Amino acid sequence: MLSRVLGGGWVLLAMAFAATTLGVAVGSAAGIYAAYVRGRIDGLVMRTVDVLLAFPQIIFALLLVSLVGPKLWLIVLAVGISHLPQVARVLRSATLDLSERDFIKVLELQGMRTHRIITKELLPNLVSPLMVEIGIRLTYSIIIISGLSFLGFGPQPPAANWGTMINTNRVAIVANPWGVVVPALLIALLTIGTNTFTDAVARVTIGLERRTEEAALLESAPT
Amino acid sequence: MVVVTGRLTAKRPHPIAQLLWRRAALGVATLLVVATIVFLATEVLPGNAAYAILGHTASRARVIALEHQLHLNRGIFDQYWIWLTGLLSGRLGDSLANGMPVWGQVEPRLVNSAFLVLVSGAIGTVLGVGLGALAALRKDSFFDHASSVVFLGVAALPTFVVAIALIILLSTLVFHLLPAVSMISPGTYAWSQPRLMVLPVTTLVLIIVPYMQRMTRAAMVEALESDYVEMARLKGLSERRVVLVHALPNAVGPTIQVIGLVFLYLAGGIVVVETVFDFPGIGQGLVNAVADRDLPVIQIIVLILAAFYVVINILTDVIALLATPRRRIAR
Amino acid sequence: MGEMPTPLAIPLRGIAANPVGFAKAVPGSASTVLEVRGFEVRLGEHGVAIVTDVSFDVAAGEVLGLVGESGSGKTTIALGLLGHSRRGLAIAAGEVRLNGVDLLSIPARQLRNLRGARVAYVPQDPSAALNPALRIGIQLREALSSHQIEARAIEARLADILGEARLEANVLRRYPHQLSGGQQQRVALAMAFSCRPSLIVLDEPTTGLDVTTQRHVLDSVRSLCCLYDVAAVYVSHDLAVVDGLATTVAVMYAGQLIELGPTAEVFSRPGHPYTRSLLDAVPSPERAHVLQGIPGQPPPPGRRPQGCSFSTRCPWVIERCRMEAPTTQSVGNQQVRCHRASELRGSMERKMLVPTVRPVTSKASLLSVEALDAFYGDSQVLFGVDLTVDTDRCLAVVGESGSGKTTLARCIAGLHSNWKGKLRFDGQELARSARQRPSVALRRIQYIFQNPYTSLNPRHTVEQIVSQQLRQFFEIKAHERAERTRAALESVSLNERYLDLFPDELSGGERQRVAIARALVVEPEMLICDEVTSALDVSVQAVIIEMLRSLQQERHLTMIFITHNLALVRSIGQDIIVLRDGRVVDRGPSEAVLDHSDEAYTRQLMADVPRVEL
Repeated sequence: MLSRVLGGGWVLLAMAFAATTLGVAVGSAAGIYAAYVRGRIDGLVMRTVDVLLAFPQIIFALLLVSLVGPKLWLIVLAVGISHLPQVARVLRSATLDLSERDFIKVLELQGMRTHRIITKELLPNLVSPLMVEIGIRLTYSIIIISGLSFLGFGPQPPAANWGTMINTNRVAIVANPWGVVVPALLIALLTIGTNTFTDAVARVTIGLERRTEEAALLESAPT
Repeated sequence: MVVVTGRLTAKRPHPIAQLLWRRAALGVATLLVVATIVFLATEVLPGNAAYAILGHTASRARVIALEHQLHLNRGIFDQYWIWLTGLLSGRLGDSLANGMPVWGQVEPRLVNSAFLVLVSGAIGTVLGVGLGALAALRKDSFFDHASSVVFLGVAALPTFVVAIALIILLSTLVFHLLPAVSMISPGTYAWSQPRLMVLPVTTLVLIIVPYMQRMTRAAMVEALESDYVEMARLKGLSERRVVLVHALPNAVGPTIQVIGLVFLYLAGGIVVVETVFDFPGIGQGLVNAVADRDLPVIQIIVLILAAFYVVINILTDVIALLATPRRRIAR
Repeated sequence: MGEMPTPLAIPLRGIAANPVGFAKAVPGSASTVLEVRGFEVRLGEHGVAIVTDVSFDVAAGEVLGLVGESGSGKTTIALGLLGHSRRGLAIAAGEVRLNGVDLLSIPARQLRNLRGARVAYVPQDPSAALNPALRIGIQLREALSSHQIEARAIEARLADILGEARLEANVLRRYPHQLSGGQQQRVALAMAFSCRPSLIVLDEPTTGLDVTTQRHVLDSVRSLCCLYDVAAVYVSHDLAVVDGLATTVAVMYAGQLIELGPTAEVFSRPGHPYTRSLLDAVPSPERAHVLQGIPGQPPPPGRRPQGCSFSTRCPWVIERCRMEAPTTQSVGNQQVRCHRASELRGSMERKMLVPTVRPVTSKASLLSVEALDAFYGDSQVLFGVDLTVDTDRCLAVVGESGSGKTTLARCIAGLHSNWKGKLRFDGQELARSARQRPSVALRRIQYIFQNPYTSLNPRHTVEQIVSQQLRQFFEIKAHERAERTRAALESVSLNERYLDLFPDELSGGERQRVAIARALVVEPEMLICDEVTSALDVSVQAVIIEMLRSLQQERHLTMIFITHNLALVRSIGQDIIVLRDGRVVDRGPSEAVLDHSDEAYTRQLMADVPRVEL
């Protein structure tokens, strides 16, 4: 029983990692590229972001899952895509600021190619917003995936999953409280743990850049 | 260039009018694209929608009848055109689950949800902004550190976990103060049974306050540590005046942006909360419709939420602009 | 710009920066307003000392100039005079007595009543210190109303101070961002003088202003101080500004006052080697001389040596200086913190070497610009600029902010591509933007940016930054790349120790030297220097300028030197063009243009440059 319960955690965590990787990788690539090249590509990316943002995250996932069915890969894909617009926005604004700096102009005067400027020169300077995003998105992924399970659109049995357990056991909450309390506690521990850990990592990276946390936080807010 | 004498010769459109027009046009375009995506996603992508709805064991006759009802026998552009013109002229179609007009089902739910969002948003904003400002004023005090630790934890909790915790605490295992479900009697609206609103509202407030607190605190700290606040102190102004007249107005702009974001977040948050508490709103309606594959209902709810996004976005931008003279008034 | 000087604001004057009619007050002749004793600021209550053992007096009508380079602690003292310290710092000891009342030991409420009313502050950057969300009128009135001045009296007072600061009444309805830099600074002055304080603290109030605007603001400061007989402390890094304004000067180094005395005496017969070195680093608008930089950099707080803090850089250092920290001693009218003060005062000779300029052999032009119009969006910033730069010579491009001088440099380099006209380099036409130019053309013209804090990638080491440039232009083996990188760093006096350092481990001057090395490593023929010393201290500026001059001579470089500082042109430019609002208004060999130009604008600029009188 215990191993089955804990197994559910592993599945949840693995899915959250996959969705985060997808969302942050694609979202930041789009945001950084758009901010650096500007022009029409930037406009296109930003309009796409606007459209995607019009779907609240969980609803986007719900919509996709309802159409194809609660397949594991689809949940990962849906949650990953729902992260894209936010990640793209944050990284875009960070890159806009950066690409106006003179050290990037120096490279343009050398005739360095765009993809090289992005990967070798811009990217190392975007570590701190990237770390912050990974942290936020990982926590959100866990929240959304477990939420979907709770609503009945999570990974299907036999894969154990905490959200579904809570949902099915809550009718009998008075008779069998542990059936609800244990998975709820586990999810709480997992999300709080993840959030605290990634928050600490983000603080350390911001600290290394000697910026105030408040400034970094305000920058990370999509406006 | 600086205009030294006389009023601004305003040939240019006013910045606010300009912003309103631009954002409204963009908003309409966004909605149109969203509508198209919703249409394509719900009607075209998953193969034959009629089979998807009825199941693969359905009889041929029923499938054909449903295909007719959904105009699936037409070409895709025709289908799109019929759907879009129907949407614009208010003919939203009938529910596939029970054959009743969609709007008749969605409208009372929409009112309930709007009420839920408004009440939670208002309470959450007051609490979040207040606690954030307080933490900023007492930066690095025990209250500041303690509240940031607590909120960091609460911010990480999924909505349904908070809801379940409240149910356990207040209505089942520990105390029995409040009803665990919020089944509002049909024909009445949510505000007629305030007791039923307590738990859903509390859940949403708990979800949004940490974020609001954190962002308000950051905006306020930024203002309090600025040069102009230092200057105000060096002018010998009272601390009260420094905070209320000098720091606060500069923290309003960013805070309004955050309030807008929180309302947008609530639009997604109601889905889970309404399901947990059986609250008859559009969130629960959406989950039911998804389970029933009731396409017209899904479409209309998703579009309502997208419209909400567009409107809130324009509102926040305009209000934030009004609150920031540096951006509002041209040089 | 919105600077409309009234006739009153232009007292005609020649070389003297002190206009007729405002005589410098004689120190000691009036009652003492401010007494500072043993003032000390630390990082936290018991942390590292930032400022130690500062004592001085200021009398009514006296202006004390507090000079020092960045990090010397002058702003910390300025704020301390109002009983204030920045977050993280704490005033650890000492007294700041204003008319006999010690501001550091009175209750907070009493201190608040004195601030603004008896002691006022004029900030360095008024665009940040004026509240962006409040109209100017509110910000001026609250200063008065919070100090119990009656409502009726307030309006009369407002009218007075606006007139005194030469501001129009309509600024009251405006927001700070609607005013020019000069107007913002006048508002700050008006605010400070509004309650008729007995002490006023000015923290570099003219930094970032153009020379003409700066002169108008300085004139206002001088006349207001004189009119109300206030004691003033004027903080500045600019010795020339202080010379024209202050009756007494106090020189700061590494958190200590190292010399204090009447301005004329301190500047003509300095008693401290640091004061001497600082004066030698200041470029003169009158005559070309070799600028003497100060090697090394001041020790940061917490790493100050046990002896004299200047001993590590002092040319007159003796064994005692390293062992024992000097105390202040009186030499004539001067207070000097140096063991050798009495022996050195007046005997440290001023080294006025005249730079040797290699005679120009060829008169061929390397770069020509024809009818250049440049635009930002719809607005035009350059109008029909024509110029040629001769091989081996240095052309100085001079102009105030907004004159288009940086845009001109960027067009030539290919950083700004929205222009019309013709650019020809070595006979070949140059394409509009760097992206369209062949690699060879890019290599031959190198650009050095104004701000060394943004022109180096903070995530790369010095070696990566310099060798990266080689990798881009030459196909050579790794060991040769390393060799050339080392040689380039050597040529800007940076040894191998610097190869593995990151930019944030370097001082501003060292960063700018890395930027120069990066340009030189690919053996360019033309160097474009865009305000390369404006972010640096004067002692570092001298090092960089001399380095650039000798490199230009040794390597036969053709140079375009963009600057707003006319005094610098004397030291490095051979030819000069003067830009005003996007048009060339004056040009010629630099001596001719600076000394006897027919152009009124150039003469005005020259007259407005503050200078050290010797």
